[in-house]
Amino acid sequence: MSIVAETSITLTPEHDARPGASVRSRLQDALPKLVLAPSFAATIVFVYGFILWTIYLSFTNSKTFPSYAITGPRAYQRLWRWTFESDPPSSWYTSITNMGIFGFLYISICLALGLFLAILLDQKIRGEGMLRPIYLYPMALSFIVTGVAWKWFLDPGLGLEQTLHQWGWTSFHFDWIKNKDFVIYTVVIAGVWQASGFIMAMFLAGLRGIDGEILKAAQIDGATTFQLYRRIVIPLLRPIFLSALIVLAHLAIKSYDLVVALTSGGPGGSAWLPSNFMYEYTFKRNEMAVGSASAVIMLMTITAIIVPYLYSELREKPR
Amino acid sequence: MLRKLLIGTALAAGVAFAAHAEDVKEVQMLHWWTSGGEAAALNVLKQDLAKEGFAWKDVPVAGGGGDAAMTALKAMVAAGNYPTASQMLGYTVLDYAAAGVMGDLTETAIKEGWDKSVPAALQKFSVYDGKWVAAPVNVHSVNWLWINKAVMDKIGGTEPKTFDDFIALLDKAKAAGVIPLALGGQNWQEATMFDSVVLSTGGPEFYKKAFNDLDEESLKSDTMKKSFDNLAKLVTYVDPNFSGRDWNLATAMVIKGDALVQVMGDWAKGEFNAAKKVPGTDFLCYRFPGTDGSVIYNSDMFGMFKVPEDRKAAQIALATATLSKSFQSAFNVVKGSVPARTDVPDTDFDACGKKGMADLKAANEGGTLFGSLAQGYGAPPAVANAYKDVVSKFVHGQIKTSDEAVTQLVSAIEDAK
Repeated sequence: MSIVAETSITLTPEHDARPGASVRSRLQDALPKLVLAPSFAATIVFVYGFILWTIYLSFTNSKTFPSYAITGPRAYQRLWRWTFESDPPSSWYTSITNMGIFGFLYISICLALGLFLAILLDQKIRGEGMLRPIYLYPMALSFIVTGVAWKWFLDPGLGLEQTLHQWGWTSFHFDWIKNKDFVIYTVVIAGVWQASGFIMAMFLAGLRGIDGEILKAAQIDGATTFQLYRRIVIPLLRPIFLSALIVLAHLAIKSYDLVVALTSGGPGGSAWLPSNFMYEYTFKRNEMAVGSASAVIMLMTITAIIVPYLYSELREKPR
Repeated sequence: MLRKLLIGTALAAGVAFAAHAEDVKEVQMLHWWTSGGEAAALNVLKQDLAKEGFAWKDVPVAGGGGDAAMTALKAMVAAGNYPTASQMLGYTVLDYAAAGVMGDLTETAIKEGWDKSVPAALQKFSVYDGKWVAAPVNVHSVNWLWINKAVMDKIGGTEPKTFDDFIALLDKAKAAGVIPLALGGQNWQEATMFDSVVLSTGGPEFYKKAFNDLDEESLKSDTMKKSFDNLAKLVTYVDPNFSGRDWNLATAMVIKGDALVQVMGDWAKGEFNAAKKVPGTDFLCYRFPGTDGSVIYNSDMFGMFKVPEDRKAAQIALATATLSKSFQSAFNVVKGSVPARTDVPDTDFDACGKKGMADLKAANEGGTLFGSLAQGYGAPPAVANAYKDVVSKFVHGQIKTSDEAVTQLVSAIEDAK
């Protein structure tokens, strides 16, 4: 690192003097751009390019394969109609209400639980080095593994209920995973189990970064522990909240595989999230236009939530 | 640096070219038959081809059920990298044929006499625009009951001939304390059972009109309502944990004697075979009550892609071997299905297989061989899945009455058309 820095310092003054060096220095200036160019190009094509392509497809009549003749917003009209079909619920209605329930509970419980665990772990307790990885470990598992493990655990015929019945508590009853009205909450349980340890680690890092002097000053002023956290620690953790929220939001949106592994769609499709809807319609039902339209709506919803939040958070940075 | 890169690229291209030269004597096959019995059955085909000097190359696709394979196939075809053949189901073949990527096997078909020996209902999916584009491997039929004989003897049951008999039999099982009906609460299993219920309730004419021709009058008729009511009756005989269960676990319940009967396609027989159970002594196979004489089928096909001339010989060898009588017999004995041509001797098949073959022949001649809507042989996937949604929502209570179910069915199918 230091060598690079030194050479650039010695080279810069000679920049104008020697034309031969100018090529080299120009090359050096361009090097970061050159190195970044492939990934930049890949992002442009594979992220933004395909977003545009998806938007385009959603206005066509694509079925099994993409077709390129624009036929109007029929896919959106269908989704719009399905949005209000609540009884009996259309698959799209189920998907978006599930997204609301799952997204809200998953993010808020993970944040609350993560912060709580981090504060407990920050009390300079013994064995922290061992406890931390135990909480963090679920994050190392894929959604599929989490889903299958919890599927067995929550299955009334195999897991928790069966075990407690064998131990003699025969009145115990927990069949949420088989119940169309509650199955989405089992997805929340499995999701929270997996992610809250990671959020805890993020908050723990934030807590360790807080200047001890401030806390001591507050204690001398007679602040109680509760006030300390309420007024000083949590406000100082605000950037961590932002990062955690972004991590959780994108995990929530892409929870497709968790739903599939845990519930295989739930009774009568009652555990679907919009991502399941998108995959089903695009690849299984050969209605690519409807699938694309649902993907566009997902993107716009996320944008509508995240952009104002990012804007308000990041604008305050240069204080 | 740059030179190294160029040399590397040239080498890679060379390797690719060499690989391509070897392709000529190679059958590239995309399929999802990876479980023990299925893989063993496919091995027969591999050996047949090896005798003629063609190598077999699996295009590996993880995940059963075919969804992953179909996604992979879509990507391969979009990239212009066609496999020699791919396992395909029903309307998928026609979709790809309409996209103009399928080969033409008509010459071979005429030479081998496929048009006479393959049931006409199957030819609807293997022939597109007058050209043979796929080789059917087998015929599965879905209107079967699989019954544990020990349980049947214990409760003193006899073969149910009508739907009411069936309900009476289930009542007997309930009274004896066994789970009467083993069902996996996944939408395709529920809809597969409903196929049989509709055929039983409305008869062959009605089934064809409603589920093959998608006639709106039939779909919203009182007969369809009655079918939903009958389905609701059946669902009262399942155990509370049925939701989300895999089909083979439901079959296992019957094998172990925890449950009396499963309504499932004849692939369930593969599970009985694998558990070393013998038809007639350990388990019984009956047609779904009230559907004797008709067969609701689905079929696995090997779709043949438009490959370059030099790879064509391998493709023809594959297609010929697939529809040869010896392979049809050997493969289907293991798989539990029946041959896709009606002139194969039934000597190697067990009792259920023999019955299945006789039924298929009779149904083919009598015009009562119908595509299963749940299995994607009644209508294109969009419609079939809309149908599965409605049936599943009815079974799990999102749709509460048969009136509502019929209204939903009509509008869902209309939407998906």
